[in-house]
Amino acid sequence: MTVSGNIFGRALEITLCGELDECSSSHARQICDRLIENNPQISEIIINLAGVKFMDSTGIGFLIGRYKKASRLGIPVLIKNPDFAADKILNLSGIYSLIPKAQ
Amino acid sequence: MTNYLKLEFLSLPENQAFARDAVAAFCIPLNPTLSQLSDVKTAVSEAVTNCTVHAYRGKQGIVTVECSVNGDELHITISDEGSGIADVDKAVQPFFTTLPSDERSGMGFTIMQTFMDEFSVHSCEGKGTRVDMVKHFVSEVENA
Repeated sequence: MTVSGNIFGRALEITLCGELDECSSSHARQICDRLIENNPQISEIIINLAGVKFMDSTGIGFLIGRYKKASRLGIPVLIKNPDFAADKILNLSGIYSLIPKAQ
Repeated sequence: MTNYLKLEFLSLPENQAFARDAVAAFCIPLNPTLSQLSDVKTAVSEAVTNCTVHAYRGKQGIVTVECSVNGDELHITISDEGSGIADVDKAVQPFFTTLPSDERSGMGFTIMQTFMDEFSVHSCEGKGTRVDMVKHFVSEVENA
């Protein structure tokens, strides 16, 4: 799994590529949290899942963890471009009520 | 039974992708849709992750994945000889987790139940857990 961050205006877009599971999540968590901590000026975090080719419930735990971290800093989080399989899990978990889909 | 597969591997996180991809490859002759294939991979990943995270937490053990094809049905059994589950009825409830501090969603069993056509869990504390799942590969029209 690769994790990269880009700043667009006051938004931090975090792009995940690969498989988001038990094996990859702790590495992804460390990099994401560092990106969030190193950019305190941002007013929005967008997590781009277009490159995530597999995700299980570990991914839901991962996203809720980043949502909680961002919430403590008062920053809203959005999810962008999940594929059909990720979208099915995200819908089932009800996570979109916390982390809406980016338009 | 027209085909059979048995995998045994150490409960290492890096074996999870291997296990779900092997099961996905095994069910290709059943002509699954992409959606059905994704459902099977996700359910297997959930069950195998439970073995690593819960059954053998902090130590290594053997995870066994058995698959058989019967007509248009894929039967999957995933078992461990780990700690077992104290209260299965509670464990299968959505959002229930024994490890909330680890950022666990508590959705693993709910996903297995939702994505597969049949699902059951048998567990004995101190002896291990067995998850049985069935997917029916009736031909369906893939959404455009």
